Amino acid sequence: MKIGVCLKQVPATDTRIRVNPTGTGILTDDVKWEINPYDEYALEEAIRLKQAGKGTEVVIFTLGEASSEARIRDGLARGADRAVRLDDAAFAGSDALGRARILAAAIQQEGIGLVLTGRQSIDTDTGTVPGALAELLGWRQASWVDKLVIDGESFTAHRAAGSGTREVVTGRLPAVVTCDKGLNEPRYATLPGIMAAKKKAIVVKNADALGLAAGSVGAAAALVVEEAMALPPARPAGRILSGDAATVAAELVRLLREEAKVI
Amino acid sequence: MPTNILVFCETEGGKPRKTAFELLGKAAQLAAATGGSVSAVVLGETDTAALGAAGASTVYVASGSAFGTYVAGAWVKALQAAVTASGANVVLGAAAAVAREAFPRLSARLGAGLAVECTDLRVEGGSIVGRRPVYAGKALVDVKVTSPVALFTVRPNSFPIGAAPGGSASVVALDVGLTDADLDVVVTETLKPATQAVDLTEADRIVSGGRSLKSKESFDAVVRPLAAAAHATPGASRAAVDAGYAGHGDQVGQTGKVVNPSLYIALGISGAIQHLAGMRTSRVIVAVNKDADAPIFQYATYGIVGDLFEVAPAIEKELVKALA
Repeated sequence: MKIGVCLKQVPATDTRIRVNPTGTGILTDDVKWEINPYDEYALEEAIRLKQAGKGTEVVIFTLGEASSEARIRDGLARGADRAVRLDDAAFAGSDALGRARILAAAIQQEGIGLVLTGRQSIDTDTGTVPGALAELLGWRQASWVDKLVIDGESFTAHRAAGSGTREVVTGRLPAVVTCDKGLNEPRYATLPGIMAAKKKAIVVKNADALGLAAGSVGAAAALVVEEAMALPPARPAGRILSGDAATVAAELVRLLREEAKVI
Repeated sequence: MPTNILVFCETEGGKPRKTAFELLGKAAQLAAATGGSVSAVVLGETDTAALGAAGASTVYVASGSAFGTYVAGAWVKALQAAVTASGANVVLGAAAAVAREAFPRLSARLGAGLAVECTDLRVEGGSIVGRRPVYAGKALVDVKVTSPVALFTVRPNSFPIGAAPGGSASVVALDVGLTDADLDVVVTETLKPATQAVDLTEADRIVSGGRSLKSKESFDAVVRPLAAAAHATPGASRAAVDAGYAGHGDQVGQTGKVVNPSLYIALGISGAIQHLAGMRTSRVIVAVNKDADAPIFQYATYGIVGDLFEVAPAIEKELVKALA
């Protein structure tokens, strides 16, 4: 079974976000990019499954421009076998459904039997692509998974079900599994891995190569439009309480009750 | 155009969850502003009268063994049936475990746009516009859905629960037409958390600890008792989770849980950007930290510069008194 991993580059978590003048996105000139942290769990799990004999090949799928190749190379250096990068001017402005259509087309072409993704990407934070992808492929799905077992033609996963409850779910492959923190400890690339990655293939595919009809993806097909991006309003200035521990504690609880009215 | 709103009401133990009432209250406002109607869909058995009193004129109910615990294929099909039966052009759900998976599937199935994790909804030019955080709340964006059916998920605690308008709903049984193929991913076991605290994402009060706690033992001895005294859910910074003081499910921040409580108490948390991103919308933030220059103080409603090992037990004592 070939295992697909959806990998996206996102601004590093310590990035201070600045909005562009038109409110349509962020300024990226001094952004440091990294692999979406949740995608790292997906990649690590795919590599471990292959090492355990549950997969024959790990293929990275990245919807992104040429600058994302550094992140793809990192993924190849950690142990993925090859990559498909999806890039076309016609993809610009796609909403989550459009992005899922692009990925679904690429995944179908490669004969993948299991797709692992992060539970969400930490830039747009929609978490919508994996579910739409599973639906478009007609596959099963398990979300926010922190334990995964592949047994023949079926999978068993532990997923977050809300209120701290976790559910053990089972279904048949093929499936899309979205990965949460706790699934594994992602490895770093080693020097031999980095050297090996230089010879691994990154194939670039456009809309034509994917057989995507004009108007099925990109801004024209987008049903969700985002605008007026802005920084959140500044919080009103706070107050520092002083005194010994007993005094500040009593004053704090009084303020929480009488001024803030939250207890 | 009137917005006819269908609210997906999740249940727990046979009762509608708090989020169902948050959404129904907001739906009533939005529908009133556009001359539309509000209906509800429930998958499983629940108190439909409470939903009617909260403003739903019709409650669509799917019942049967597939609707006890979440089964993706069956639930998406039932939601699709409810959208069709209600003729809704707007569907609201809570941004929690079920809708996080089911709504994207519904979106692809219906060819309907989905705006997720909204913290506000408003009517603009007869349509609903959502406001939602991106980059874990480092920025906010307006989101509009242009398809004939628009799907939205809304963060828990985004809207207050107002007084129920009263009224009664007509109850309509949904004919979902399930087949074996719809029972695609099934729950074989439910693992309950060790503690009964409300999940962080839904919690109204949170007490979080950072790396300054120094060990799992002191985290358990300082953060958890204060959380218990405050009737709060314990949380942790990424540094504390990575150091093993708390479980990964306890992490608040950009790569953990994004929370929205009324009260957030941060103990020994410096306020790294990725942590602030996860909790900055908290209504009241209390910070206790030794370092007066810690960034968390720029966000704190009330700051205490001091040793958390002295201050936290003192706050705990006062809270026990106040909340007795």
